[in-house]
Amino acid sequence: MLACSITETTLQRENTAVVIEAVDKHFGNVQALRELNADIQYGRLTGLVGPDGAGKTTLMRIMTGLLAPNAGRVTVSGYDVVDDNDAIHVLTGYMPQRFGLYEDLSVMENMQLYAQLRSMDARYNNELFAELLDFTRLGSFTTRLAGKLSGGMKQKLGLACALMARPRVLLLDEPGVGVDPVSRQDLWRMVQALTDEGMAVVWSTAYLDEAERCESVLLLNRGQLLFEGPPQKLTAQLEGRSFRLENVGAERRTVLTKALDLPCVSDGVIQGAGVRVVLRDGAQPDDIQALADQAQVRLTAVPARFEDAFIDLLGGGPGGTSALAERLSPVELGSDIAVSCRNLTKRFGDFTATDNVTFDVHKGEVFGLLGPNGAGKSTTFKMLCGLLKPTSGEAQVVGHDLRRATGAAKSRLGYMAQKFSLYGLLSVRQNLEFSAGVYQLERSTRRERIDEMIDTFDLADWLSATPDSLPLGLKQRLALACSLMHRPPVLFLDEPTSGVDPITRREFWTHINGLARKGVTIMVTTHFMDEAEYCDRVAMLSRAQLIALDTPDALKQGAAGVDNPDPTMEDAFIHLVETADREMEARA
Amino acid sequence: MNSSSPQPGYNDKAAIQSGLRRFDLQRLRALVYKESLQALRDPSTLLIAFVLPVVLLLLFAYAVSLDAKNIRVGVVLESPGAEAQELAAAFSGTRFLDTHFVHDRREVVDQLVSGEVRGYVVIPQDFERRLTLRGSEPLVQIITDGSYPNTANYVENYARGVVQTWRAGLDVAAPPQAVALEPRFWFNPELESRRALIPGAIAIVMTIIGTMLTALVVAREWERGTMEAVLSTPASVAEILIGKLLPYFVLGMLSTLGAAALAVFVFDVPLQGSLATLLLLSAVFMVPALGQGLLISSLARNQFLAAQIALFTGFLPAFMLSGFLFEIDAMPASIRAITLLIPARYFVDSLKTVFLAGDIWAVFLPNLAAMAAIGAVFFIIAKRATRKNLE
Repeated sequence: MLACSITETTLQRENTAVVIEAVDKHFGNVQALRELNADIQYGRLTGLVGPDGAGKTTLMRIMTGLLAPNAGRVTVSGYDVVDDNDAIHVLTGYMPQRFGLYEDLSVMENMQLYAQLRSMDARYNNELFAELLDFTRLGSFTTRLAGKLSGGMKQKLGLACALMARPRVLLLDEPGVGVDPVSRQDLWRMVQALTDEGMAVVWSTAYLDEAERCESVLLLNRGQLLFEGPPQKLTAQLEGRSFRLENVGAERRTVLTKALDLPCVSDGVIQGAGVRVVLRDGAQPDDIQALADQAQVRLTAVPARFEDAFIDLLGGGPGGTSALAERLSPVELGSDIAVSCRNLTKRFGDFTATDNVTFDVHKGEVFGLLGPNGAGKSTTFKMLCGLLKPTSGEAQVVGHDLRRATGAAKSRLGYMAQKFSLYGLLSVRQNLEFSAGVYQLERSTRRERIDEMIDTFDLADWLSATPDSLPLGLKQRLALACSLMHRPPVLFLDEPTSGVDPITRREFWTHINGLARKGVTIMVTTHFMDEAEYCDRVAMLSRAQLIALDTPDALKQGAAGVDNPDPTMEDAFIHLVETADREMEARA
Repeated sequence: MNSSSPQPGYNDKAAIQSGLRRFDLQRLRALVYKESLQALRDPSTLLIAFVLPVVLLLLFAYAVSLDAKNIRVGVVLESPGAEAQELAAAFSGTRFLDTHFVHDRREVVDQLVSGEVRGYVVIPQDFERRLTLRGSEPLVQIITDGSYPNTANYVENYARGVVQTWRAGLDVAAPPQAVALEPRFWFNPELESRRALIPGAIAIVMTIIGTMLTALVVAREWERGTMEAVLSTPASVAEILIGKLLPYFVLGMLSTLGAAALAVFVFDVPLQGSLATLLLLSAVFMVPALGQGLLISSLARNQFLAAQIALFTGFLPAFMLSGFLFEIDAMPASIRAITLLIPARYFVDSLKTVFLAGDIWAVFLPNLAAMAAIGAVFFIIAKRATRKNLE
């Protein structure tokens, strides 16, 4: 017995790829990592999980020898990242956040560059290249410039470059950001194959559904390790605290608000027609049962998710009432249709970005626009808010034709761009004043609205700060305040929560739900499948065409099969895109 | 676990050893190749390297002229006498002044104020009387526009010259002067500013390519995140930096050759020295130019900031303080001291010499030494600033 356990520990040690010991790292006054201890094993996919600013990238850079820790030490394959820095660059493959590709070089040229930088023997390159191209399914794109690849293809090429010379440890920094579920699934498959061969793979992510798929996770928040181990272990602690109110239907936003305002509920989200809630530690489900009875719906216990555990570790999500929506008077529109498009088409040269798309969005609806990278979401979205002129077809916002009355239409819509698009050199107050000014509000109204926004979004303490210095949550509130300054009946949100931590996203959706209840129409594009669940209806685009338009539940139902009776939104997405692709190929 | 010992055969000691080699020609070659492809595919690079020089040279050849020719001056003829008429005729006979005659000075005063004339000469009423009275001293008044100091000087000197020549002509009877002064301008006999400007313009072009372009392309790598990826490979800082600079060095030299050909064959600027000397001078000037670009990019890791810094520390000094446009000897002592730190100063001086005078090594050697020394300082600071990590 003794001998056996010794072998096991030795094996364990031999199998350790990365050892992180008491690592501290700060940049000026900002503490990026503190007292971090962790191990990473070979042959395993390790998730480095945490919200923005948790210290994930800093830790990645330390492990690749690009940054030196201020205190503590890190060894990779037994080599110290500081003392044996050169060896680290040989042993590790690293894919930085933007994939590290040269956009004006072709796929093949990028691969050759990285192969030569890793001193690979030219004689074996052909074989390896063929293998990597096959592995990444990039074989037919070797002469295409990297800048012309879609997000998913760029990511696969980045991976191929990081895999040159077979590193022992592969470090991927947020490979899933801005990548659609189909490409992401491809990436999972590749990483799985690599870990099966014995490689240690570290995948950093802010997406908690990605964390759930890792064999082991390091959960970081504000530079500290909250949890280390298999994600199931953390999720198991939450067992028995997750419930779903089934088929709430039209009342679900109200029910969610009420549920989140209950003291026993720590977190809640909308899932299609249902409402999913997580109870606080030790709380009894009596109150939530009462709420279910009141709404006359069934309450069922559901398995806990990693995201539940994460939110719980951080002390629960925000309350359910949006102070913003409370103040808003209900929106009155002449008709029930807030946004509509007929045969909307956009061509760039001989490339069709949006092909004959037709749909209507009803007043007060939360309408999602989903699709793989390059499917034409952004193009369609930009035409609907007047930023792009359609090649043919019509688009209307609250009755104004976007081709003829662009100005009138624009004054009736609010737009919040990706990454918030705030003016970094202006103060918070100046940003608010600018957006009030740009929508030509009367002087008195302007002051009134600005004061109202400051009050509603709790910005009073930050008025002279610059947006860049604000915590993420406040930044998002400010961006939302700016886009709502002129009280638009229609709000366009372009990937509003990309790279935002789950708690901030909860707060954001609380406001969006509140706005929708007041009759504001919301158009949103997103890569987060759980956000698609908040939508009343989802339009799915693929290869420039509208391939599905329905409620999230109906889309999920459509993907159900014998082997998968209860598909997720992500399953539905992949199913729809793949079916459409097959049909298109069959027709061709 | 899938396997207890990770991937047999991968990354054996030999692979690590080869990765550890500090300087590897294969990696350097790959980096140079990559950079060349990028430079060739980026239209803005080629624009800066080959179109900009042509535009600059054309500009300096035709649009900018420091020569004083056909300057409009007024001649106020207050005296009706024959001698006065003769003097006035002497003024109208020159090709450097564009004279026109009036009889009342009030007419030209307004023209001087409005800038229609740059000066005027008054031949007073008592001109003949004074001439006969004093015997030799004709009295004329010369008024010039002091807001254009160079032109004012020129008008004054030229007007004096005309008067003196005319005066000399009066004394034909007098014994000829013992010494006759006949001015000659060496190196640029026609005193054409184009000949002095065009060689200097090559220095400006080289500064743009060496400093601005280099600062931009390195900053671009930081901005796009490719620097991070390349730094994470076994490539060393020296390889990455040399791989970056070599293609731009070649580009700079090609651009110099092009500009020199243009200067000689299109703008008739003679190349008195040898081509080899010109290339040597250019090659050595690339050292401080590239070093400065590299230093800027290691301080500013975004293209906008890098362009601004390159403009203010590279382009503008090369333009204003190198002696290209404004003569260094005419600058105040404090500014003159600053010009000693500007590498373009030594290059402009050398270029003018090699084009207009010839291979004069007494001029080149100190200039080459100064450029190399400034370049070395830039490189040492840049190397320290670009460590192989991201802090």
